[in-house]
Amino acid sequence: MADTYLNLVNTGITKEIAKKLGLPRPSVLRRFDPSKPLVPGPVLLLGNGESVTTLSETMLAWNLDVRRHATPGQKLGAIVIAWDTLTAPGELSETALAVGSALKDLLPGGRVVTVSRPATDSDAPETAAVRQSVDGFVRSVAHEMRGGSTANGILLGEAADAGSTGLIATLRFLLSGRSAYVSGQFIEVSNDAGELPTDWNKPLDGKVAVVTGAARGIGAAIAKVLQRDGAQLIVVDVPQAGEQLAKVANKLHGTALQLDITAQDAGKRILEHALSRYGRLDIVVHNAGITRDKLLANMDEAKWNSVLAVNIESQLRMNRELLDSGKFGHNGRIVSLASTSGIAGNRGQSNYAASKAGVMGMVRATAPAIGSLGGSINAVAPGFIETDMTAKIPFLTRQLARRVSSLQQGGLPLDVAETVSFLASDAAAGVNGEVVRVCGQNMVGA
Amino acid sequence: MASSGNPTPGQQVRQAVVIGGNRIPFARSGGAYTYSSNQDMLTAALDGLVARFGLQGERIGAVAAGAVLKHSRDFNLTREVVLGSALSAHTPAYDVQQACATGLEAVVGIANKIKLGMIESGIAGGVDSASDAPIAVSEGFRRVLLDLSRAKTTSQKLKALSKLRPSDLAPNAPGTGEPRTGLSMGEHQALTTAHWEITRQAQDELALASHKNLANAYERGFFDDLMTPYRGLTRDSNLRADTSLEKLAKLKPVFGKNLGDNATMTAGNSTPLTDGASTVLLGSEDYALQHDLPMLANIVDAEAAAVDFVHGGEGLLMAPVYAVPRMLERNGLTFDDFDYFEIHEAFAGTVLSSIKAWENDDFCRTRLGLDGALGSIDRTKLNVNGSSLAAGHPFAATGGRIVASLAKTLHEKGTGRGLVSVCAAGGQGVVAILEAR
Repeated sequence: MADTYLNLVNTGITKEIAKKLGLPRPSVLRRFDPSKPLVPGPVLLLGNGESVTTLSETMLAWNLDVRRHATPGQKLGAIVIAWDTLTAPGELSETALAVGSALKDLLPGGRVVTVSRPATDSDAPETAAVRQSVDGFVRSVAHEMRGGSTANGILLGEAADAGSTGLIATLRFLLSGRSAYVSGQFIEVSNDAGELPTDWNKPLDGKVAVVTGAARGIGAAIAKVLQRDGAQLIVVDVPQAGEQLAKVANKLHGTALQLDITAQDAGKRILEHALSRYGRLDIVVHNAGITRDKLLANMDEAKWNSVLAVNIESQLRMNRELLDSGKFGHNGRIVSLASTSGIAGNRGQSNYAASKAGVMGMVRATAPAIGSLGGSINAVAPGFIETDMTAKIPFLTRQLARRVSSLQQGGLPLDVAETVSFLASDAAAGVNGEVVRVCGQNMVGA
Repeated sequence: MASSGNPTPGQQVRQAVVIGGNRIPFARSGGAYTYSSNQDMLTAALDGLVARFGLQGERIGAVAAGAVLKHSRDFNLTREVVLGSALSAHTPAYDVQQACATGLEAVVGIANKIKLGMIESGIAGGVDSASDAPIAVSEGFRRVLLDLSRAKTTSQKLKALSKLRPSDLAPNAPGTGEPRTGLSMGEHQALTTAHWEITRQAQDELALASHKNLANAYERGFFDDLMTPYRGLTRDSNLRADTSLEKLAKLKPVFGKNLGDNATMTAGNSTPLTDGASTVLLGSEDYALQHDLPMLANIVDAEAAAVDFVHGGEGLLMAPVYAVPRMLERNGLTFDDFDYFEIHEAFAGTVLSSIKAWENDDFCRTRLGLDGALGSIDRTKLNVNGSSLAAGHPFAATGGRIVASLAKTLHEKGTGRGLVSVCAAGGQGVVAILEAR
């Protein structure tokens, strides 16, 4: 699990050697720590979009040192760009170049966040062009970042504006250490829904959450982060994983529910457990998943069917049961685990990629229905994450998989969990039907 | 309030309800839990219970559990288990030991405390390891060691040591022999089995039904909320889902071999030595309601009995036969009032001898003091989710297994009663009535 190379190039004599040899030097990422400031230094706010006032006021309310002009040599914690009223590509140049000269002053673990509008078919060609330009710009900047810094964008959908709660929540997520392994990504805020938490460190206070596949790895990490953020946990896994599951439940003061999610009544049993023990169910994280890798030519029916049954069919069935019950949906949040394999495909994973791509399709298509109830559904697509599963990948392949991302390292289960927790919060209610990649801008699966 | 001198239990006191249970899969001795101690296994079973019901950090009224094969260092076994568990360290605990009835007696003790309002919540359990059994030094060696520790001068020490004989160095391993008869439990049962003329075929059929019922229970996920896997084991390792009468018929008799052709007891229709642990969460109705916990069944009543197997001409494991009619009479019930019968399968012969005794007019009149036969038990109501022949029998853990499974079965049905009967070494037995909620 441990990334020895990352430790070597960041400590002692081996750090100096790596520097001299010009070896790639992945940085230790700035992760969430409630005892540390939201961003490591002043925030430079550039651009002249409508959102500039909200962004400025919001960040000042968070006690951030917000500046409208760069002072050369003054170190920066983040650069935020209000680009939500662009109409033609020519308008980019001044701000883009200003970002460029400020990048040198960005502290390690710094953040670049743009706020813009998505290009749509109904835009004037010039407008669509410049809106799409932001996409290429952010993704390129993300590739150029150093010191574990990241660059991401927030898109304001048609039903959202500069005052939308989702904008504030997403901005805070992207500035914070919670988004450490998210880079080169766009998160769309599609509407005005959402409610800001009274305590940003307890955004899930009072919520009851279910996490499937929670006995180990990413699922256990998700359960831990949701609990840290204030939720009460019901952890679910197959009966065979019960020993580990009980340990997770006892650590988090939650309850263990041994259940095969492919059972026809899994959704009903989860709901029944939540309602009878806690009187409510607010968050469902569909994390349980399996791989049965084989080249398609060698794939048998059992391998294909089991992966589809666990990774997508069970989620479809449970969502239907939950939404039809009338007891979930008002402020109900579903977060599903997809995978970058489902975006770019992966050799030997035709079954897995099909199931995970299916998750993304399901999330987009379920969003309107759950959204109309005040809920939301989103997917998180992890890239290379350091788990027991990836520890089994042969050494060289594993090293390569780590280094081909902009952050030059694998992510941690914690990184996936942070994004899940963000999407599970009421503040993020305006984010609906999205797929957020947590992949360190991995070039595989781009 | 009843004015007669014989109040029915449950009328004057509040209900004690079974909320749920948890056990680890039972493992044949020398198998998956060979190197697990009683403390390890009971802690695992207790922590699984805590996880299922979210009891982390909670102060439970009392935890009662025990083991039959117990190391002397484990004098405070249950309290040590609580201290190593996810429960609050402020949870008191005590050890119980009544041979194979330990688990059921622990349930009864906790239920009574709840009924009397002494505690709101309690956990009963039991554990046994035949693999990690205590081995003692011989009596001779023990005396030498004690004398040695009391000796002050070198000459006294040498004198003490000089009493040591080579034969003293052989260790004492625990056996299942009855101290007063020298006969093993199996040999005792062989006598009873022969006395009641229980056929080999009848015993094998009971064993087969036990395996089939247990396998079916697993198949339909019955144990999903009654069991937490341990050490890689996810099912009872003694379960043979594919066994058959033909396979069972091939086994050679292991007990009562001096009976010649009448030797009927084999490894297939006797329980193997087993390792495992079980726990049951009990509470008052208020406790369950306040904590949003399920209520599966009431513990209605219980009765213990003992027989004089040494001189009295009764079989070692026949005590439950005497306990049941006394308990039924006190509660004004007959066999017809029960939907499920959980008769612990120490040996197939034990269950069948008990049933036959209850059906026997003469026996019931002369031995049990009844007007005639107590009644018959409908086999479709007997051990419906399998019993010890299939699951195995870690002595003190069997009571908890039965109570939790029966409570769940009754709750699923929604109405009715269940009878529990557990025989024990020393000619003892404990029986109980559960009622669905």
